[in-house]
Amino acid sequence: MNLEFTPEEQAFRDEVRSFIAENYPSHLADFGMREDMEREDFLAWHKILGKKGWSVPAWPVEYGGTGWTPTQRYIWSEENARASTVMPLPFGVSMVGPVIYTFGNAEQKAKHLPGIVSGEVWWCQGYSEPGAGSDLASLKTTAVRDGDHYVINGQKTWTTLAQHADWGFFLCRTDPTAKAQEGISFILVDMKSPGVEVKPIKLLDGGYEVNETWLTDVRVPVENLVGVENKGWTYAKFLLAHERSGIAGVARSKRGVEKLREIAANENLDGAPLIKDFDFAKKVSQLEIDLAALEITELRTLAGEQAGKGPGPESSILKIKGTEIQQRLTELTLEAVGTYGAPYYGSIANDTGPGSGSNEYAVGPAHAQHAAATYFNMRKTSIYGGSNEIQRNIITKMILGL
Amino acid sequence: MDFNFTEEQDMVRDGLSRLVREQYDWETRRKAIASNAGWRPEVWAQLAELGILGMPFSEADGGFGGGAVDAMVIMEEFGKGLVVEPFVPTVVCAGGFLKHGGTAAQKEEHIGGIVAGSAVFAFAYAEPRGRYDYADLETTAKKDGAGYVLNGHKAVVIGAPWASHLIVTARTGGDRRDRAGVSVFVVAKDSAGIVTRDYETVDGRRASEVYFENVSVPAEALIGEEGAGLALIELVTDEAIAALCAEACGAMKVAHAMTVEYSRQRKQFGVPIGSFQVLQHRMVDMYTAYETSVSLTYLATLRLASDETERKRSVSAAKVGVGQAARLIGQEAVQIHGGNGVTDEYAIGHYFKRLTIFDSEFGNVDHHMKRHIALA
Repeated sequence: MNLEFTPEEQAFRDEVRSFIAENYPSHLADFGMREDMEREDFLAWHKILGKKGWSVPAWPVEYGGTGWTPTQRYIWSEENARASTVMPLPFGVSMVGPVIYTFGNAEQKAKHLPGIVSGEVWWCQGYSEPGAGSDLASLKTTAVRDGDHYVINGQKTWTTLAQHADWGFFLCRTDPTAKAQEGISFILVDMKSPGVEVKPIKLLDGGYEVNETWLTDVRVPVENLVGVENKGWTYAKFLLAHERSGIAGVARSKRGVEKLREIAANENLDGAPLIKDFDFAKKVSQLEIDLAALEITELRTLAGEQAGKGPGPESSILKIKGTEIQQRLTELTLEAVGTYGAPYYGSIANDTGPGSGSNEYAVGPAHAQHAAATYFNMRKTSIYGGSNEIQRNIITKMILGL
Repeated sequence: MDFNFTEEQDMVRDGLSRLVREQYDWETRRKAIASNAGWRPEVWAQLAELGILGMPFSEADGGFGGGAVDAMVIMEEFGKGLVVEPFVPTVVCAGGFLKHGGTAAQKEEHIGGIVAGSAVFAFAYAEPRGRYDYADLETTAKKDGAGYVLNGHKAVVIGAPWASHLIVTARTGGDRRDRAGVSVFVVAKDSAGIVTRDYETVDGRRASEVYFENVSVPAEALIGEEGAGLALIELVTDEAIAALCAEACGAMKVAHAMTVEYSRQRKQFGVPIGSFQVLQHRMVDMYTAYETSVSLTYLATLRLASDETERKRSVSAAKVGVGQAARLIGQEAVQIHGGNGVTDEYAIGHYFKRLTIFDSEFGNVDHHMKRHIALA
């Protein structure tokens, strides 16, 4: 038992670190993820990685995976966090991709996987409905067979970044007489199809990250059904387990704690750096301790995967603890910036992000500008991907056996 | 990076697990801790026979070449059965001082006895007013010819009633709380001038107040360099903390499993109470606290050999995180057991008591939070 990296793993770290340094787009440097970016900014790093063959590391090699060990994938995510890169979005890479290569047919694999690998095709997720959140199986969107087409009607919601999407994967009810979990099918929809309408939802941070997606008599060829009709729930659950692993965001949070320490060293309290204040320092230490515990827990899970176990119910622990830590990090960051947490930067022409040269109206320190928005935005994390309460239900059933 | 145990470690775990299950069942333990002796020397002899007491010593020192991970494996099993025998004071603490600071002659004299089970040690470091500061010492060791004379009062020396030897910390120079001037001695408990007052602890163990009244010890009793003992004490107590965290993990695992099982059996409103979501989610939070404690215990154990700052930070992180989990799991386990949880009859209350006292051993949550902050 040891926590050291092998010389091969150290060499791998050096390799990916210099690849990132040499190839990551400079205008997105140290930028992280922001939902108000341009489409091409979201895709820039994904496309570079697609050419390099590194955009879908976890996939089987035959579909474009890198064949890296879980430890190498961990190093990869650490190095990306270190550089605050804008990583490929999860909807294709971590969600629909694994469903297609696991349950899809040869034509579907040939048609859809290359676009995910290259970053040319943007996917969105049509799961939640206004009346089906945690109780996802109560979804009402229908797909009715009409010759060699399905006709889809219904309303989806929280469709993340669907405004940019080329394709979507939708859960639709294909057998209205079956009980909840049965009678659901997993269908791929071209978002340019007539009858698909995407309406943005404004969120607390002022951004438009999610949408309502309306489907009105949308005709979809039957070959877009993945797997077996009425078995979609199985694929949906498979996808959610994949979504949860990696959701812990350990490497990003570690980088976030470093940034928090920098901010707290530059903010003052009673004439001394905020980080010297015992009450504040204690909160940062508690966060670091919880993060260290999460990191080892994730590494233990990865070691289990390396030994051939798939992502199991333990990934629910990673989801709960990971999102709690992400939220506490943004909460402490907002606390650290003090009074400059209040200005609504969306109302100030000071955009210092990409595509803007002007900062003549900037107020407050740069590190304060996104603190409140990020804090508000991150409240989503304990709600999405199966709320943290649903994760507790999963652990109750699968691990405690109650 | 590797989270696998060796074949030998798996064998040790299996062997100990069987021993605890078959010979340390609840009624046997209850009788043993209520007996005059308060422990089971025959179990100690068995542990020696199984090689457990020699596990963390190098083969050159007469042991079996194990290390901190072996101690972790052993302590987790002890925690599961609330084993009271003094493995930490004898093997981890005294063994640690001898390994890291002992002369060849001291190793020769003492390690063989530890491995064979014939020498039992207690670690006399705490003082009535010292709290968790190992340098806050009123006990003195004054130079007297080639040797020293010890005077002072050591508090709550765990396992002292069973011990043949004591490891004692005392001031050989400097002022109270100075880092310099702290020294470590190994002393036979039957030395002239040592008076003990023995008692039970609330978690089923035995301890003593130990008074030193002009106790003469030879120069060879000094472990390490005179006046420079604090760094050695910090290293050995960090090793002890990692071992205690493993013990707490074992106890938490059983406390959680007992609680889940109780919630399956106990019926109210016509259904098992384990069917209530409000209790289910609390038991999930207990489980999560246990799992993250295991992770922090690995971290502390595997960082014992790292540089000093990294070691101390990792050990303090573990003592904070495991201490918080022990508090949560102990309290919740009692609550979910309802009235039965506060009876002496049910085992769960005894796990709660052990997990409660764990927090105050070698520095509580607040103490280690401060150390973690100071090392940031």
